[in-house]
Amino acid sequence: MLAASITACGDDDSDGGSGGGAKTLTYWASNQGSSLDFDKQTLQPELDKFEQQTGIKVNVEVVPWSDLLNRLLAAATSGKGPDVVNIGNTWSASLQATGAFVPFDDATIGAVGGKDRFVPAALAAAGAPGQPPTAVPLYSLAYALYYNKKMFTDAGIAAPPTTWEELVTVGKKLTKANQWGLAVEGANISENSHHAFAFGQQWGGEWFDASGKPTFDTPQNVAAVKRYIDLMAVDKIVNPSNAEYAQNQSVSDFANGKAAMLLWQAAGSAFKAQGMAPDAYGVAPVPFPATTPAGGKKVNSMVAGINIAVFKHTKDKDAALQFVKFMTSDAEQVQLNKTYGSLPSVTTVASDAAFQAEEQKVLAQVLATSAAPLPQVAEESKFETLVGTAMKELFADAASGKAVTEGAVKEKLSNAQQQMGS
Amino acid sequence: MVTTTTAPEQARPSAPKRTGRKAPSRLPRSKLPYLLLVPAILLELLVHVVPMVVGVWMSLLELTQFQIRDWSAAPFVGLDNYKATLDINGPVGKDLLDSFRVTVLYTTLSVGLSWLFGLFAGVFLQRPFRGRAVLRTIFLTPYALPVYAAVITWTFIFQRDTGLLNEVLTTTGLADDRPFWLIGGNSFWALLVVSVWRSWPFAFLCIMAGLQNVPTEMYEAAAIDGAGFWRRLKDVTLPMLRPVNQVLILVLFLWTFNDFNTPFVLFGGSAPEQADLISIHIYRSSFITWNFGQGSAMSVALLLFLLLVTAVYLLVTNRRRDPA
Repeated sequence: MLAASITACGDDDSDGGSGGGAKTLTYWASNQGSSLDFDKQTLQPELDKFEQQTGIKVNVEVVPWSDLLNRLLAAATSGKGPDVVNIGNTWSASLQATGAFVPFDDATIGAVGGKDRFVPAALAAAGAPGQPPTAVPLYSLAYALYYNKKMFTDAGIAAPPTTWEELVTVGKKLTKANQWGLAVEGANISENSHHAFAFGQQWGGEWFDASGKPTFDTPQNVAAVKRYIDLMAVDKIVNPSNAEYAQNQSVSDFANGKAAMLLWQAAGSAFKAQGMAPDAYGVAPVPFPATTPAGGKKVNSMVAGINIAVFKHTKDKDAALQFVKFMTSDAEQVQLNKTYGSLPSVTTVASDAAFQAEEQKVLAQVLATSAAPLPQVAEESKFETLVGTAMKELFADAASGKAVTEGAVKEKLSNAQQQMGS
Repeated sequence: MVTTTTAPEQARPSAPKRTGRKAPSRLPRSKLPYLLLVPAILLELLVHVVPMVVGVWMSLLELTQFQIRDWSAAPFVGLDNYKATLDINGPVGKDLLDSFRVTVLYTTLSVGLSWLFGLFAGVFLQRPFRGRAVLRTIFLTPYALPVYAAVITWTFIFQRDTGLLNEVLTTTGLADDRPFWLIGGNSFWALLVVSVWRSWPFAFLCIMAGLQNVPTEMYEAAAIDGAGFWRRLKDVTLPMLRPVNQVLILVLFLWTFNDFNTPFVLFGGSAPEQADLISIHIYRSSFITWNFGQGSAMSVALLLFLLLVTAVYLLVTNRRRDPA
């Protein structure tokens, strides 16, 4: 009885092997749209197309972000699970280190259209340098500054800020009763860590040195993190309540007119879902410091995005690669990225009419010129957790009126760094 | 003075004495009983013992993302994970100790309050009156609700700007400023409230069941002897509830100490320092930071601690009972 139930579990995941009949793949998709259901409805017609073309049936499950990493780990550990999966590109190197995914060496990447097909910056965020990536980019994203056009006009502000100093000045003008200059997602750990990275780059900091050792508490990183927290703590252009935001409440605040600015990646579709018209907001690149600090880089976003990967345990690698090729084909790239408001990960369709809206143009420009991948080291996810948590605590301090000094920031970052060492 | 103090002891002999099992000399001749036990033992092994042994084994390995696919490749590090975990001067050990302190305080308060609420509600509803069934049902609702749905509702209540709690506090003038409940120092109290809200109905249920076994004559006798409410509670109810309480408090303690759902839903994967319960702490140390060996070492240490507490508790409470 026991044995029967165990094999039943196993079969569940790998019904592709069901003797000789139609081929079947299992695909875990990440949540890109406004709901799991929306994604399922978006993907299903495309999967039907794929089945028509190749005879391969794809069973899709849309996995929420909160579960995806744990589910991937469980699948990697057990050697059971889906054939093809979406992964957040910041996990690339960590997941690559598990050795559970098919490496896209020259031959393999050739099978899905070749290396040159993909946007270089996006491909750089698919694994550690010097090794074949274990995923290829699927949807590309970048951070941008979203601003409420009407609030800007009402306050007599002509153009979106291009430096942090300007952002603070206009933020103060825009902060008044029931309205704040900027919304942040203060208790969202990965959001925090993404900002830590971009600010760090601008202030000349690195979170890992060349040998992959953590360098969290350097003066540059301390200054960078402090600059971000100070938007709430010192400049008071962020509602202290944002310190407890972790479920995209900052997006809601912006869409509902409670905040005038927001730093987010491809937020257009989320605004739309909340009833904000596309002409109500403008999109600009994320600001830089007015004078570049020593060693500072011209980086204002991470290369954000979703990659698609194939598990080594798949029973039918060829079918899985065919599916990856299909998902990264021109037609699907246009169709899916258009729906999700993200950018194509292949160069061939960049000029498509679907990506000429203001938002997409800004994001594409940022990706092409001033975005850098998060450190592609196996311990990247630890960095996100530890630094993101430290910043959450700093926001909590700022919100409750405690002074966030340089020393306090350094202490939190040192503590986070020590926990990396174990 | 009054003689009611001995009432429980007098009552005890009237309870049916165990007639004892068939004489131990008649050992089972056939192996049938053992055979019948085999499925249960196998399942027990599969469900409890094997995962526990695997957990202990994991705690002796350096198990990170590099090795999870093939555990046999994970280097054996002996007690290194424990050294890092239990070294209270190191960063990992210090955080674990902080989390441990928070958890002990949280568990003590939560179990104590849940038990008190359960006791008083149980005593209050002991005598039949109109509407008793309705009250019982209402009291048990939190226990019947799915954890996630219930705790998510609490997160809405605790939100600073839009939460019900702050709305009430500010409109009634109890607070000038809207305090935070989900971050900072208040998060501990928010967690405690939710925990008590969730677990007191269980205490209530057990105590209510225990009270069914208290003969009404004892209360009558106590009343005739002039015992008031508190005296009856202290000298009749509590002694009669002792066996129930012994198990109830132990179970509540273990559940609360290990509670993962409440803080996880309330705070997400990373709880504020002030409410960093040990279960969440271990989750963060293994799953989120991919250090499974260390997470296992913490889990094993926790298991040993809970075993120790349980053993001491049972020893002490049983010894106290024995002389009676």
